[in-house]
Amino acid sequence: MSAARIFVPADAAALSVGAHEVARAVRAEVERRELDVELVRTGSRGLFWLEPLVELEAPEGRIGFGSLTPDDVPALFDDEVHPKALGRVEELPWLARQERVTFARCGVIDPLDLEDYERHGGLGGLRRALELTPAEIVEAVTESGLRGRGGAGFPAGIKWRTAAATEADARYVVCNADEGDSGTFADRMLMEGDPFLLIEGMVIAGIAIGARQGVIYLRSEYPHAHRKLARALALARAEGLLGASVLGSGQAFDIELRLGAGAYICGEETSLLESLEGKRGQVRAKPPLPAIAGLFGRPTIVHNVLTLAAVPTILAGGAEFYRAFGTGRSRGTMPIQLAGNVRHGGLIELPFGLTLREIVEDYGGGTRTGRPVRAVQVGGPLGAYWPEALFDTPLDYEAFAERGGMVGHGGVVVFDDTVDLARQARFAFQFCAEESCGKCTPCRIGTLRGAETIDRIIQGERVAANLALVEDLCEVLRDGSLCALGGLTPVPVESAIRHFPEDFERAATREAVHGEAIG
Amino acid sequence: MTDWDVGAAFEVVQQHRQKGGLLGALHGLLDAFGYVDPRAIPMVADVFNLTRAEVTGVVSFYKDFRTTPPGRHVLKLCRAEACQAVGCETVAQELETRLGVGADATTADDAVTVETVYCLGNCALGPAALVDGKLYGRVDAPSLLARLGR
Repeated sequence: MSAARIFVPADAAALSVGAHEVARAVRAEVERRELDVELVRTGSRGLFWLEPLVELEAPEGRIGFGSLTPDDVPALFDDEVHPKALGRVEELPWLARQERVTFARCGVIDPLDLEDYERHGGLGGLRRALELTPAEIVEAVTESGLRGRGGAGFPAGIKWRTAAATEADARYVVCNADEGDSGTFADRMLMEGDPFLLIEGMVIAGIAIGARQGVIYLRSEYPHAHRKLARALALARAEGLLGASVLGSGQAFDIELRLGAGAYICGEETSLLESLEGKRGQVRAKPPLPAIAGLFGRPTIVHNVLTLAAVPTILAGGAEFYRAFGTGRSRGTMPIQLAGNVRHGGLIELPFGLTLREIVEDYGGGTRTGRPVRAVQVGGPLGAYWPEALFDTPLDYEAFAERGGMVGHGGVVVFDDTVDLARQARFAFQFCAEESCGKCTPCRIGTLRGAETIDRIIQGERVAANLALVEDLCEVLRDGSLCALGGLTPVPVESAIRHFPEDFERAATREAVHGEAIG
Repeated sequence: MTDWDVGAAFEVVQQHRQKGGLLGALHGLLDAFGYVDPRAIPMVADVFNLTRAEVTGVVSFYKDFRTTPPGRHVLKLCRAEACQAVGCETVAQELETRLGVGADATTADDAVTVETVYCLGNCALGPAALVDGKLYGRVDAPSLLARLGR
């Protein structure tokens, strides 16, 4: 009889509210009572308001307890019902209503145990891929309808086909793990909670396009994910998942882990490639597409973490299995990240098509402050602000685009009624001004002027004329920028003005100016 | 972390001598000394066969590569939208009042460097901050000051 197991997450978010201290208390209590209990450090299930969420293995399944403090730990081993017992974790309504495909193992397994990964279905996709020709793998990914999960939603199969068809002495698979959008953490969770899934996806992509080298570009703001990935890559090499002969197939593939250095723009794929080449992260003009001339001028497919992490599922279950999730041209599942001022924030993985209202009200349970929800921003700092009147919009690429927004990387940030949309619009300009790579004039200078102009509106100076000026600036930004940073900064600004005009009028009568000037 | 030492710096930079290794070399210096000393630039340029202007351009492009030594503690406070929604601006203002320095500055006694970051990926448990590399959620100014020994 093996030891009973107790699971405590080591995910950064769980650690941020004391998971490490809880784990230490568990270890001490197990020792004190001389119990035969194995402590497993997992990723997070993504029910963050319950973190640290501890799980005990029982005959009926894994029983959850949360959110725990070290003082709650001794009672876990008593016979009485624990005051913070939640019942079977998988039956918690928040989780039971989801369809965890990409995140099926996250928070469940030991992320650094390759055997545990395999026991839970890992490596099935790669084994299947090794039976297919590269062209058949590309075909499966194309058929599945998988679109880039980083924000742009570009069909993955087309990138793969292009890169594979371009003559070259080397090709690269690059994972964009520069998850810079506020309100998003799915990449981080996955890299910390199930890193072998990303590795497996990258290996399959490498085999499909004929690349021997992969690179993960990870943002430096994720030190925990960095340590986890570094260890997972070392284990993968030791176990033959990476190296000269992947799983004994004779095909070579390895992955290098690189760290960003605090530049939001490096999430843009061409800027990311410049950064990987050791340069300033300035965007490149397209064409040529990275799939034709990317890293060091070689054909390169650049994908977000979640896109690559979806690949093993597509290979293991078949393109049809994956396609069956979703709606219209938005196929598969979308990991939605619910954040900001929300009672129940975390990760929701479901097929596309859930409405904003279901996300914010049913899952989120309203605001953490208890005040009414006034706005949500979807898709990061370049995403639109949505008013309550549009909460019935279903979350899919096309429905969002029709209403002037974007799904982006799936971040949903909730604001209560104390939010001032004039200040949020100003922040959008300020953020873009700070993070602009400087290549395009509208982005480098226009955003600075934008922030100044909104300051004037907030001060009540010639409001109508200055709003017209902002509109003008937005047009120049949209039409005159090479990349999405300048091109999409108008989205949060204009949606704030369109849906919350009263904040720009009210601003006119207010005396004090908040926020600091840039420069 | 150690004081600036050109020999030690050269050792660090050498380890990253590969195609596209410049950012890695600068991160290496950051880890070793806490900052990228401008005195390292000619040496780095030499190792990577770049001009000093090119290396300076890279150092100044990325926020991580601070060029002066940080305080004994480094506090990185998230000021992005999800943390704004739960009051990070109030936290920032209170810190400024208590510490006497604003964002991206070090206190006069060299005890604390406060830096702004945009997103630590802890957006459901904001406001979030990294204190000496350790992540904290649902922070307020008093709890952060306590962690900084203030």
